[in-house]
Amino acid sequence: MEIPGIEILRNKKFTEKLISAIKDLIDDIDKPIKLMHVCGTHEHTISKYGLRSLLPKKIEIISGPGCPVCVCPAADIDKVIELGKKDNTIITTFGDMIRVPATNISLADLKAKGSDIRIVYGPNDAVKIAEENPNKEIIFLAIGFETTAPLIGYEIQSNPPDNFSVLCAHKLIPAALELLLSQSQIKVDGFISPGHVSAIIGLKPFEIYSQGYHIPNVITGFEPNDVLLSILMLLSQIKDKKYEILNEYSRVVKPEGNRLAQKIISEIFQIKSSPWRGIGRILDGGLAIKEKYQEYDAEKKFEIQIDTSQDIPPGCSCHLVMVGKLYPYECKLFREKCTPINPIGPCMVSMEGTCSIYYKYYKK
Amino acid sequence: MSEKERLQVIRLAHGAGGILQEELIRYITQNISQKNVNQGIGVDELDDGATIPIDNHDKELIITSDGHTISPIIFPGGDLGKLSICGTVNDILMMGGTPLALTSCYIIEEGLDIKKLDQIVSSFNKTASQANIAIIAGDTKVMPRGTLNEIIITTTGIGIRDKSIKLQDNNIQIGDKIILTGSIGDHGTSLIASREGFNISTDLKSDVSFLIEVINSIKQEIQKNYIHAMKDPTRGGIAGALNDWAKKNNISIIVDEEKIPIKKEVKAICDMLGLDPFNIANEGKALLAVDSIHAEKILEKLKQTKLGKDAQIIGIVRDTNPKMVLLNTIVGGTRFLDMPLGEPIPRIC
Repeated sequence: MEIPGIEILRNKKFTEKLISAIKDLIDDIDKPIKLMHVCGTHEHTISKYGLRSLLPKKIEIISGPGCPVCVCPAADIDKVIELGKKDNTIITTFGDMIRVPATNISLADLKAKGSDIRIVYGPNDAVKIAEENPNKEIIFLAIGFETTAPLIGYEIQSNPPDNFSVLCAHKLIPAALELLLSQSQIKVDGFISPGHVSAIIGLKPFEIYSQGYHIPNVITGFEPNDVLLSILMLLSQIKDKKYEILNEYSRVVKPEGNRLAQKIISEIFQIKSSPWRGIGRILDGGLAIKEKYQEYDAEKKFEIQIDTSQDIPPGCSCHLVMVGKLYPYECKLFREKCTPINPIGPCMVSMEGTCSIYYKYYKK
Repeated sequence: MSEKERLQVIRLAHGAGGILQEELIRYITQNISQKNVNQGIGVDELDDGATIPIDNHDKELIITSDGHTISPIIFPGGDLGKLSICGTVNDILMMGGTPLALTSCYIIEEGLDIKKLDQIVSSFNKTASQANIAIIAGDTKVMPRGTLNEIIITTTGIGIRDKSIKLQDNNIQIGDKIILTGSIGDHGTSLIASREGFNISTDLKSDVSFLIEVINSIKQEIQKNYIHAMKDPTRGGIAGALNDWAKKNNISIIVDEEKIPIKKEVKAICDMLGLDPFNIANEGKALLAVDSIHAEKILEKLKQTKLGKDAQIIGIVRDTNPKMVLLNTIVGGTRFLDMPLGEPIPRIC
C-alpha cells in the first residue's frame, strides 16, 4: 500500500541526483562492482523501474537466492501432492506455489485432476477453511523466509482446530548466504539486503557479512530510490574500504527487529538444517515445528511416502540463476522451452522468480 | 510444448487478452474459407470489427461481434447490461463508425433471480437509448443450471462510415503520437477489489461507459484521416493493445509512464496485490494513434469532453526495435512493456 510521503522514493528528480552521485563515486573506484540482492521483490523493483538502464556499466546487480517459492524443495511439494491425492484433504498454500513444478507434477496439475487445492492469502484463511470443513484435513504448505514464519506461528499458537496442520518449508536467509560465502560460491562487492526479512530479525544476523567476510551490507527498502540510495551507500563503503551494515530502510526496520514476531518464531519453531531447492542442505537454513506443537505438524501427523525427488529438471539452470552465477537468458531453455505459461524450473513461476521477472521486463 | 499441444485443453488464460488468446483466435480462424466481403476489413485483420464496403456507394457498413460475461454480473459502477451496450458501441466507434443498431442474444442460466435479470435488461435498454443505438433483433436461450455462470449476453453491432476513412489497426505511421483518453485500470481493479475474499474497502468504480461524446469531438479529424488507428484497451489492458499495434505494424511504441494517468486507488490496490495496471482491463477508455502534426489539436478537443478530460499524449511510434513496446519508467529508466500472458493473478507473499 502506498504510504504517505512515499512520493520522494519514486521521484524522478531525486533519482537523477542519486544516479549522478553514483556516477561520481564509481569514477573513484578502480574496478567493476558486483552487488547482490537476495530478495525477489528487489529484483522486481530494479526491473520494473528499469534501474539497470540508468546505472553506469561498471555496476552489475545480480540476484541471489531470494525467492521463497523458488527455493522450496521439490520433495516438500511432492509430499503435499501425496496428501492432496487423499479424498478427505484440502491443500492450501500461497498462490504462486501451486504452479511450481515438483518432481513429476505441480499442485495445479493435481487440482486439474480433481483434488481440492486452494489458494489462500494468508494462513488465517486456511484456518478458516478448517473451521468450515470439520470433516476434512486441511494442510497448509508453509513457505517463505523470516517474513511469513511469524504469521504461521501465530496461527499455531492460537489453538487452531485439530483438522488443521502445516507442512513447514520455511527457510532462513542469513544461513544460506553464509554458506555460499564460505564456499566462495558468491563473489560480490556488496549486499543489498532484504528489508522485509530485516524488519523481523533486525540487523544483527547480517553482521557476519561485514565483519566476517568484509563485504558491505545495506538493509534496503523496495521503492526505486530506496535501491539507488542503497547502492550509493554501498559504493561509498567500498570506496572508503569500510565494511559495515547500514540501514537504508530505517522507516520500517528497527535495529533490533520485531521482538514480538521473533518471540512467536522461537516459541513455535526450531532452527534446523534444511534443503534448499537448487542449493542443497544448509546448516541452520530452515525452520521446523517444535515437538510441543507436533499435532499441527503435517509430517508428524500423516505418514507420507514419496519417491526420490528431483529439484532441477534436465537442462534447467535454476540452481545457477539462484546464486547469481548465470543470467536467465544464458539458460538454454529460457524463453524457448521455459516460459511463465509452461515453467520448467521453479524460477520461472513466481513474480519474484528471477527468470519470470527477466521474461517480463527484458527482451534479451 | 508446441502450440498444438498447448491447445489440447482451453484454460482461462486463453480468454484474457494475451499471447494465449492470440493463439486461440488463430486456431479458430485459420480454416475459414471466406474472410471478408468486397475487400473490406475481415477476420484476418483481427480488428475491433469488420467493414463491408457497399457497391456504388461512398459508405461502408461496420459489423462487430462481442460476447459479454463478467463476474459479478452487477459490479461497482455498472452491470452486465451496461457493459454489453458500451462494449458494442465502443467497438464501432473504434472503427471510426457511427453506431446504428445492434442485435442481442441473452443466454441465461436456469435459476437466475428475476430481480437480477430485471436490473440487467433495464440497464441494457436504458444505455442503448442513451447511446442512441437501436436494438433491432435478438434471441434468448435458457441453459440448465451449472452450464454457465448466471447470464451471458452476445451482441452484433452495426455501424456505418465513409469509405474514405482509412482508420484501422495496421494503418499506424512512424512518428505517430499515441493518445490515451483517461486513467487506466479502473474497471479491472475495482472488480478485483469487490470480489469475494479481498475485503478491500474502496470507492473505486468501473469506468464502463460509451465514448460517443469523446469520439464525436474529433469527427473531423477522423474524416480527414489524421487519426490512423483507435482501440479500446479492454482485456489485456494498454499493454495488450499497444503490443498488438506494434506487432501488426512492425513498429515500436515508446511510452512515457509518467504521462499515463492512474488513479491513486488503482495504484495502491495494484501495488498491494502485485498487479500491473498496464495489463488490467478498461471499459471506457480509448487509445489513438494520430498524425504527429495534429496531435496537440486532437488532444485539446478530447480534453474538452467529459470522459476525455484527463487525456494525455503518452507515447510515440518509432521504427527502431520493431514489434516492441518500450516504457520510460517514472524514475527515468527504460524497460520492455510485455504483452500480458494471461489472466492477471494477485501476488501472494
